[in-house]
Amino acid sequence: MTSWGIYRVAFQTIVTKEVLRFMRIWMQTILPPAITTTLYFIIFGKLIGERIGEMDGYRYIDFIVPGLILMSVIQNSYANVVSSFFGTKLQHYIEELLIAPVPNWVVLGGYVVGGVTRGTLVGIVVTLIALFFTDLRVNSYGLTLLVFILTSILFALAGFINAVYAKSFDDISIVPTFVLTPLTYLGGVFYSIQLLPNFWQQVSLANPVLYMVNTFRFGILGVSDIDVRIALVIILGFIAILTAFSLRLLTQGVGIKD
Amino acid sequence: MSALVINNLYKTYRNGFEALKGVSLTVEQGDFFALLGPNGAGKSTAIGIIASLVNKSAGRISVYGHDLDQEKEQAKCLIGLVPQEFNFNMWEPVVEILVNQAGYYGIPRKEAFKRAEETLKRLDLWDKRHAQARWLSGGMKRRLMIARALVHRPRLLILDEPTAGVDIEIRRSMWRFMREINRHGTTIILTTHYLEEAESLCRNIAIIDHGRIVEQTGMSRLLSRLNTEVFVLNLKSPITAPPTLPGYQVNLVDAETLEVEVLREQSMNGLFDLLSQQGIEVVSMRNKQNRLEQMFIDLVDRSKRQGAAT
Repeated sequence: MTSWGIYRVAFQTIVTKEVLRFMRIWMQTILPPAITTTLYFIIFGKLIGERIGEMDGYRYIDFIVPGLILMSVIQNSYANVVSSFFGTKLQHYIEELLIAPVPNWVVLGGYVVGGVTRGTLVGIVVTLIALFFTDLRVNSYGLTLLVFILTSILFALAGFINAVYAKSFDDISIVPTFVLTPLTYLGGVFYSIQLLPNFWQQVSLANPVLYMVNTFRFGILGVSDIDVRIALVIILGFIAILTAFSLRLLTQGVGIKD
Repeated sequence: MSALVINNLYKTYRNGFEALKGVSLTVEQGDFFALLGPNGAGKSTAIGIIASLVNKSAGRISVYGHDLDQEKEQAKCLIGLVPQEFNFNMWEPVVEILVNQAGYYGIPRKEAFKRAEETLKRLDLWDKRHAQARWLSGGMKRRLMIARALVHRPRLLILDEPTAGVDIEIRRSMWRFMREINRHGTTIILTTHYLEEAESLCRNIAIIDHGRIVEQTGMSRLLSRLNTEVFVLNLKSPITAPPTLPGYQVNLVDAETLEVEVLREQSMNGLFDLLSQQGIEVVSMRNKQNRLEQMFIDLVDRSKRQGAAT
């Protein structure tokens, strides 16, 4: 078999293993985001949202739908890779891959696609729930899908890096709790940054999640706080940096070898 | 062709510990080779580097002529490893573990299932194919590790303490299995703390200590270098004092047990003649210590003395 043949089968094997893993425990992986998002729609969208009125010319519940979908994608893409790869390290079955003729980019690609698959599945579930509460109309299917996938890839990569450095279960929960959640909540999921004083608007621009949420919102609603082209460049830039960094970590064997 | 050639292998860990200090080793195709050494001698580091689990500091390794740096894929496809510690996903069904491992070697899923069935049947694990690995007994887990290492049909199998912690019955069945796959052409490198296991299975041997190879030779040649052997003789009738046996060191352990030290140039016939002359009948005898164990201790002691002197 040619090298490419080996890579293809190895990649399919990693992805299949990853998908089977999160599907086996769907009560922990697929169901909770569905319940949480339903509660967000009921509480923030319906009960509180009806008193808030419009935001950027849209009903509040319509305004928060894109952010809530993307928030689920971010959290689940990240969680899938960080927990799976950390488990692989902790129980040492990463050695199954290290001994085999699987290049680092295939290993990384397999785990990232596993994370993206879970992010996508949860994103679809949340979107279906959103249809019960809103009349969702998509401004640009192409852009919406592009941002959806790119964001999922970016956070799957971030989860991978977290897993590489993690030495305990605390280490895989610290980043989501103290970094990811604040960035997501302050990334314009629930509000437009136009509501903020000028200083905090500028601070918000340093938050990468803001660019993803706004670009995704532009894809669905057609409104954004920032220039969508700049946002896409920033997202692609982050993906390139995190990919290069992840491959470097694998090559050096950080947290895996020695 | 050599199955494995290690040339001047060095490994220094980040904390400065030098685990390997220029190890060179050759294992011929079809050999059953023992790599022995005390704890911390560098065996597992060497195996880790061969299996790409540990980054080396310097040196070269080739597997069946394929350089591990330059022809990584070809070399890796030829190696199977049974590590010391259990390292599979405990929550995964047994058959999935094998199918996934085969997939990492590029074996398509359909073919991988066939291979998994064949390998699990050979190792008496087929009945457990749907069980999660964590529910297997210790012996079954060891056999699962061997099955996983064989599923891609490697030509060089490295067994790092494969029988640690398993009962004698399972150990002997594993020995039979290892002999069989070796007979069918798989080169085997074995590390073990059970020296009778190495003596019984292996044709060639290397002893590593403090990161250096202190001996590499044939098993029978090594054992023939033993200068003395101590035999324990069980007597038919009790005696009250140790008999005088000129040329032999004798120790009366109890009234019916005698220990006799026999030099290499002395013959057992001579010993039995002397015992017969004194009316002492021997009903059975055994080596006090495993011969390889005795040799191993001698070599490691010598290596320690040399290390202390330099």
